[in-house]
Amino acid sequence: MWTWFYKLASPPHAYRSAAAMAPWFLAAAAVMIVYGLVDGLVFAPPDYQQGDAFRIVYVHAPSAWLSLFAYTTMAVAGGIALIWRIKVGYAVAAAAAPIGASFTLAALATGSLWGRPMWGTYWAWDPRLTSELILLFLYFGVISLRQAFEDPARGDRAAALLGLVGVVNVPIVHFSVYWWNSLHQGGTVMRLGKPHMAPSMLWPLLAMLFGFMCFFGAVLCMRVRGEILDRERQSAWVRELVGA
Amino acid sequence: MTPRRKRMLVVFGILGGVAASVALAVVAGRQNISFYYDPTQVALGKAPATKRFRIGGMVVKGSVQRKPGDLTVHFVLTDFAHQVPVTYTGVLPDLFREGQGIIAHGTLGPNGVFVADEVLAKHDEKYMPPEVAASLKNKGGVKPRT
Repeated sequence: MWTWFYKLASPPHAYRSAAAMAPWFLAAAAVMIVYGLVDGLVFAPPDYQQGDAFRIVYVHAPSAWLSLFAYTTMAVAGGIALIWRIKVGYAVAAAAAPIGASFTLAALATGSLWGRPMWGTYWAWDPRLTSELILLFLYFGVISLRQAFEDPARGDRAAALLGLVGVVNVPIVHFSVYWWNSLHQGGTVMRLGKPHMAPSMLWPLLAMLFGFMCFFGAVLCMRVRGEILDRERQSAWVRELVGA
Repeated sequence: MTPRRKRMLVVFGILGGVAASVALAVVAGRQNISFYYDPTQVALGKAPATKRFRIGGMVVKGSVQRKPGDLTVHFVLTDFAHQVPVTYTGVLPDLFREGQGIIAHGTLGPNGVFVADEVLAKHDEKYMPPEVAASLKNKGGVKPRT
């Protein structure tokens, strides 16, 4: 029953598929991000309350969304690797962690720059901000735990377990603004029902959102290739590939 | 039971266990995690009487009074059920205006006036061009907070 699954996830197969997918993701990301930036930063109207400062949303919201998306990707890949003993899962989890941490850092930094003029402070111990900071520390923990073991296989398993435990933080980040009184406003796009945004502002935001997701896909494919090559460096197919 | 099924159970068991314990912790510490109290909680005496805390609400229209030649400002906060008068000396954020959601940090005086030493402005999740906000206001539809 599971043979197709294992075959799909064999390292040489995954290595080749990642190579085939990366340029498509990259091209789609370039098109959407260029359109989103030009339309969002130049042509979209200023906000009725926040003026031009609201344009930080075009980088902040996609970064924050990707920080959660990358974490979930990492946890699911680690979980698959743990349950089905699929080594490529560990490679995907290891490749996703630094990308996700970068998006988290970008979300925190852009949010801080936005908070100063609008809220009146760079930082507040608000539930949304605090849980996003915990997300960053979870990424750091997963990255360092993987390297803390002599035996890379044990490091992979430990990091996958920590990633799975930390996945409870993902819904906390998302719903924090509804569960508690918070300084951060509720969701504009990622909510049930119609987005709370004028269409002229929404289209570039959606383009940025999908553009960031494609960018994540492209970088993930490239990093997964590196991880697989490193992990399989003793195997016959890699030796053949590099002509050694 | 196959080893794979066993590992699957262990993974989902860990997920379920962590989720349950976090849910319990969250329910137990609900108010400690919240960023502010609203005027109703203050009126019911749920806010700390002696310690500093944050209060959040809407600035009542027409309640903002400034002293000439001074940075002191008086206003009233409401959650449409209860009201709390606030006094603050300092620079206000750009988004502070009547009808706007704000959060004040300070202490509640014995006379029921909240003395704030920090005021933060909240903004909502709605984004629209100024023309749309103006026409909505004229039609009396969704009331923009300006």
